[in-house]
Amino acid sequence: MKTRKHAEPLERAAVPWLLTCALATAAPHASHLPVWLSCLVSGVIASRFWLWNVNKPLPSRWLLTLLVIAATAGIALQYRTILGRDAGVALLVLFMALKPMEMRWRRDAIVVVMLGFFLLLTHYLYSQSIPTGLWLMTAATLQTATLVRIYGGSQPPAIIMRKAATMLAQAAPLMLVLFVLFPRVSGPLWGLPQDAHSSRSGLPDSIEPGSISDLVLNGSLAFRVRFEETPPSNSNLYWRGPVMDEFDGRTWRPARLEREPVPKIDALGKSTRYELTLEPQNQRWLLALDAPAALPPDAHLSPRMQALSRHPIRARSRFTMQSVLDYRAGIEESASILKLARQLPAEGNARARALAKSWQEKHHNPAAIAAEALQLFREENFIYTLQPPLLQENSIDQFLYETRRGFCEHYASAFVFLMRAAGVPARIVAGYQGGEINPVDGYLTVRQSDAHAWAEIWVAGRGWQRVDPTAAIAPARVESGIADALPAGESLPVMARVDLGWLRQMRFRWEAINNSWNQWVLGYNPERQREMLSRIGLGEIDWRGMTALLSVICGVLLAAITMWTLWSRSRLDPAQRAWFRCCARLKKLGMPRHPWEGPLAYAERIAKSHAGYGEIALQAASAYANVRYGKGNPLDIRIIAAATKRLPNNWRFT
Amino acid sequence: MSQARTNLFSTIKLAGEVILGKERQIRLSLACLLARGHLLIEDLPGVGKTTLAHTLAQLLGLRFSRIQFTSDLLPADIIGSSIYDREKGSFHFLPGPIFSQVLLADEINRATPKTQSALLEAMEERQVSAEGETHRLPTPFFVIATQNPSYQIGTFALPESQMDRFLMRIDLGYPDRDAERQLLTGGNPRERMSTLPIALGTNELQALQSEIGEVHAAPPLIDYVQALVEQTRHDRAFVHGLSPRAALALLAAGRAWAFMEGRTMALPEDIQAVFPGVAGHRLRLAQGNGHATAENLANLIERTPLP
Repeated sequence: MKTRKHAEPLERAAVPWLLTCALATAAPHASHLPVWLSCLVSGVIASRFWLWNVNKPLPSRWLLTLLVIAATAGIALQYRTILGRDAGVALLVLFMALKPMEMRWRRDAIVVVMLGFFLLLTHYLYSQSIPTGLWLMTAATLQTATLVRIYGGSQPPAIIMRKAATMLAQAAPLMLVLFVLFPRVSGPLWGLPQDAHSSRSGLPDSIEPGSISDLVLNGSLAFRVRFEETPPSNSNLYWRGPVMDEFDGRTWRPARLEREPVPKIDALGKSTRYELTLEPQNQRWLLALDAPAALPPDAHLSPRMQALSRHPIRARSRFTMQSVLDYRAGIEESASILKLARQLPAEGNARARALAKSWQEKHHNPAAIAAEALQLFREENFIYTLQPPLLQENSIDQFLYETRRGFCEHYASAFVFLMRAAGVPARIVAGYQGGEINPVDGYLTVRQSDAHAWAEIWVAGRGWQRVDPTAAIAPARVESGIADALPAGESLPVMARVDLGWLRQMRFRWEAINNSWNQWVLGYNPERQREMLSRIGLGEIDWRGMTALLSVICGVLLAAITMWTLWSRSRLDPAQRAWFRCCARLKKLGMPRHPWEGPLAYAERIAKSHAGYGEIALQAASAYANVRYGKGNPLDIRIIAAATKRLPNNWRFT
Repeated sequence: MSQARTNLFSTIKLAGEVILGKERQIRLSLACLLARGHLLIEDLPGVGKTTLAHTLAQLLGLRFSRIQFTSDLLPADIIGSSIYDREKGSFHFLPGPIFSQVLLADEINRATPKTQSALLEAMEERQVSAEGETHRLPTPFFVIATQNPSYQIGTFALPESQMDRFLMRIDLGYPDRDAERQLLTGGNPRERMSTLPIALGTNELQALQSEIGEVHAAPPLIDYVQALVEQTRHDRAFVHGLSPRAALALLAAGRAWAFMEGRTMALPEDIQAVFPGVAGHRLRLAQGNGHATAENLANLIERTPLP
């Protein structure tokens, strides 16, 4: 007997299903593929559909080969490689579009579906958001439905889709078990290739007029914080970023330090514990609350009291930290750091220097000098605005005496300049101030629009003291946030605005959902896994135990499914079992019964096509019909069994 | 085999000699009559609808009348009317052509809906009321209606509720080449029809009808009927699925078919054999204006595995 080889032709009606699959899996990649490739891919899929529609033959192998070579060359030219994430995905998308062009047999269709499943995975290399997840879930259902269509024959699409959805829903428990228990490695859920790190917006590492006000227009998320106890008041939330102590007359930047000791931080009040989930920013700053008291294992404190991680943060990461809001730090500050904090350019800004000198002569107390400066900001006609006039040379003088309009960096910069000119060690600290509590899940959200710059002065015997000159001009900035502090009419990103109550509610809700997704799905790392497992009473379990547990649970699940299948088979009455055995034997002989075919009709069909087995089949079929549908004697089952035995039983391995 | 049963088979054989090459349709029509159902034959003019109806009446030895439906036919033309009897000084009912055992309603969709519904009411109730009096129709009472495909001009399509009164709808189709040749060379079938004997007596027919009620329908078969009906209800291709009345019709026709196959139990094959006839005119397509096609019906069967 000749064995049939995968030569089952593809049903014509299955083609639109496959093309929809190709489209659904390839389309979301269009956002990062070169335009010519997107056009080529959609053109190929559209022309395949047209060929199907007018029932024309598929293009020749030669033409396809030529197309593949040309397009691959195009991709190689575009990306200068055919390896790596972007070029690899581009190739996959190309194949996804071209494979349907040579889809003649059922086997080709299976290749298309499997390629589609693979292509689906690559979407996670670009985005791991909830919408992506939902889209991929839908596309996976569509792919499964296509498999159902290919093997299950013609049915209304709604029924096929429902069947596919049921199948995926049945797989969900297994997926959940694998997700929870599969041993995790540190790092993000998806190891991203190196070329995935493009520039990210975040705090600048130097400050000049305009560098923070630019950032404030950006409403994107910087980090989220969950406090273990009640969050501190807004005016205490100073998230400490880079500290700038070198000034060249216009730009502030951190000076290069030799090895310096880390200043001692003495807590004056009790400490606050919190968990900070930082968005990727490609910097090492952890933005701990001022001042950091206890840091996560992979981080350290810099000589300028900044919490730094060992590596740049390239994936959303979670840190548990502790800070003291009321502290005394750096009383025994090293001489070189204090020297840096006094340094000024040799000349320029003469009027500011003169003013500072007059304060220095009037008071000997640094605190009193600082109070003079703050009083100046408060009492003269200074304005807090996002759109200050441009400053030229002698920017400090120009700001203090002419424009008097500025944003936090202007005030911090002018303040530190004045302090230094008056002989008080001072420096600028950049970071974020405040944040917004999401009432839905209680997380504090800090955005780029909360970026801020403030000052620190050093007082003998008391160490570094925070002074926020912005608070002197616009107290609202520190107490309730940027939106309240700016004059009406200044444009702010939608995310930082406070009007539009319902929009805000929606936003809170969406962010809370997004945050739980980030925290529990994407950020499900070894710690989270341990936390989760200890919640269900599996505290001390290592990866071996986890693997064992995983195998046991999967085994039990599969065994349960097998048992259920066997049980539902044993529900068959004995006559049915005997008959199905007979049908199975006939199927092996190349005469399968259609599931809808009645016994006698089946036997008659066999008698017509395989006369040799017709009589046996008729015997079994009429005995079965008698027992199952008539008032036949249960002993007739033996006739079925006897007839089955007369059929040759040859195993075919295909 | 009982005499009645033997005569049933000779009925089939004799009818096959008049209507050539249509044994399946003859069997379906007889199954319909044995299941006490009315029959609707739908096809183009001239393919032998009337001949089939006439032949069956003749072979069964039943009182036969024929009404040609036209657009000006009135209900009274079917049911009959009351006439004033001058001698007795009262009205008396003059029965219409419906008072017969086989009524051939030719081209039923040419009549107005009012007339159609008068006929269809009589079919359901097996009695007619006129002037406050109820008159029972004779037993057995069959209606064999013929209709032209509804796309023809001057037709009033039967409403769905009335289509449901017919147990089965069959179509005849063109004869195959051999049958047509035989027809062309063998002379007028109408002449042959007039010489037909009575093959099945009325008593025998009634005996057979009650015997069919005894054809065994096992629970798995009922499961299958339900599965099949269920399948039509889930199918978006149709406006509605089959009604419980249709399910009953399917089972009754299936039993009759099994009986004619010489079996004492009904098999899924029997249900499948009568399914197109029973379901076709009851399933209206959601798209377009027609009823389920042969392809739709075959597809329904193929999607319903045997339980």
